[in-house]
Amino acid sequence: MNESYDVVIVGAGPAGISAACILADAGIKTMVIERGEYAGSKNTSGGVLYGYNLAQILPDFVARGCPIERNIVESRIWYLSKEAGLSIGYRDSIFANERKNNVFTVGRAKFDRWFAEQAKKKGALIVASTVVVDLLKDASGKVTGVVTNRQDGEVQAKVVLLADGVNSPLAAKTGFRPELKPEHVALAVKETIELPSEVIEQRFGVSAADGVTTEVLGEVTGGMDGVSIIYTNKNSISISVGANLAQFAKTKMKPYEMLEAYKLHPMVAPLIAGGKPIEYTAHWLAEGGFYTIPQLAGNGYLIAGDSAMLFNALHREGSNLAMASGKMAAEAIIAALKKNDVSKQSLSSYSKAMSESFVLKDMNKYRGFPGFLYNTHQLFDELPHVAQFAAREMLTVDGVTKKHKQKLIMDEVKKKIGLLNLAKIAWRGWRSVK
Amino acid sequence: MTMKIEDKLFLDRFKVDEESHLKIIDGEKCKKCESQACLFLCPAYVYRPEGDRIAINHEGCLECGSCRIGCPDLNIEWKFPKGGYGISHKFG
Ligand SMILES: Cc1cc2nc3c(=O)[nH]c(=O)nc-3n(C[C@H](O)[C@H](O)[C@H](O)COP(=O)(O)OP(=O)(O)OC[C@H]3O[C@@H](n4cnc5c(N)ncnc54)[C@H](O)[C@@H]3O)c2cc1C
Ligand code: SF4
Ligand code: SF4
Repeated sequence: MNESYDVVIVGAGPAGISAACILADAGIKTMVIERGEYAGSKNTSGGVLYGYNLAQILPDFVARGCPIERNIVESRIWYLSKEAGLSIGYRDSIFANERKNNVFTVGRAKFDRWFAEQAKKKGALIVASTVVVDLLKDASGKVTGVVTNRQDGEVQAKVVLLADGVNSPLAAKTGFRPELKPEHVALAVKETIELPSEVIEQRFGVSAADGVTTEVLGEVTGGMDGVSIIYTNKNSISISVGANLAQFAKTKMKPYEMLEAYKLHPMVAPLIAGGKPIEYTAHWLAEGGFYTIPQLAGNGYLIAGDSAMLFNALHREGSNLAMASGKMAAEAIIAALKKNDVSKQSLSSYSKAMSESFVLKDMNKYRGFPGFLYNTHQLFDELPHVAQFAAREMLTVDGVTKKHKQKLIMDEVKKKIGLLNLAKIAWRGWRSVK
Repeated sequence: MTMKIEDKLFLDRFKVDEESHLKIIDGEKCKKCESQACLFLCPAYVYRPEGDRIAINHEGCLECGSCRIGCPDLNIEWKFPKGGYGISHKFG
């Protein structure tokens, strides 16, 4: 493998493949190294992708046979207590028609593999089953290539793009991003549950190509800062639950037991009844937020996607930030190679483009949000309980006056949280996203 | 109808490397470890108590990285499995 490339990309996820497509289009000799036996074989997500960002890389992604599971026409948000839940949803026929594929679901093992195929068709070389274990550097510290675990496994490159995702022992070893602390990630476990497509369509009230996403907060994460999701695929339902790793370590709740309890929740169980689990996966979410983003470019290297901690926890956006950052990194590389200057200063056009784009602007806007969730356990225990109490009172018709019911609810709020506390939570929550 | 972790892992496809990619650096530290976080936070129940030591079932590792940073003593030597080994997602 003792070869030389213009660009070596570590990782064939959305960030790395997006960059590879743009670079290959520009005729730049690009190699993507992936540790899995094929692109996507190590990856997992809820499964939502955003058509806008994918079209920026592949405008004709539908014609190219993108393995879309379902086009999302309805988004639901649930707030659950242990045995009940509030639900709001928004369905709009515009998403079935003019704005089709604005949001759609995929299985990442299939999608990433297909995406990598497209980069290959454009001329990038994809090398699978190969782990990058170190970076090559010259005497001045400039990155000049990668070391893989293969025999004679060094590859020289003018520029290295690190797109190796959130779990990066490479980052810890080489220091391009400090090793993460448990509070910087959420650990999520996911089960894919197979069901006949007609059953899914019936249960969610959608037509054959369409689907629904449900984001879930509340007591399902046992008082921990966490979320869960229920997304529809063609012949399966993705169900995932995750929480902050530091809180997992503290509460000693087991991730798989939390998932099992979740599957039994009265709002969840009917949706997956009779389904057959076909896969169980685990992965981190890069939840550290704006303050954990490392320096994005250095001498001879750049960092994109989850590896750079680009994840918007409030809107559950990660894949699109990965694609957009991969694209901007590729554009900066193209400009730098043209100038024959891959110094930090030259590659910093990437950092600048990122700062001016929605990627870092959104990350900055929500910089206080991860901390707000982490520090407000009431969102995941007392509040869902109080919400349940209030809804139960108001919906039970038993001859008690509404005025008295309101008083009962206020008493419960005061007892469980306190009015001042509730106001503080609302204020801090608003401040963290305003 | 709750599913045990062993049954969940049975759904997955693994190409197992005989050599473990996970290693406890200092077994003595585990004996004094109060939290034993690895036993709880691992989503694949890879770490299991065996007498006064911790056994590692590396075959079922889902490669999330949690034990590496979640062990309060950073007492786990953690590598990715060799290229192409370990878990291979079918759906993702
Ligand atoms: C449970 C869950 C649900 C999610 N849901 C959503 C969602 O619905 N929508 C959304 O937009 N985002 C979602 N995300 C986030 C999203 O998955 C990520 O933001 C996105 O995958 C980041 O892309 P990436 O290319 O940066 O990294 P990754 O997709 O992680 O790709 C990194 C690649 O690098 C490879 N690699 C790593 N290290 C090496 C190495 N040393 N050598 C060779 N190869 C290596 C990996 O095998 C992998 O293929 C979710 C994440 C999780 C965990
Ligand atoms: S958490 Fe770390 S130190 Fe404690 S038992 Fe597990 S591996 Fe040993
Ligand atoms: S990497 Fe994740 S799945 Fe593997 S042993 Fe560590 S905690 Fe368990």
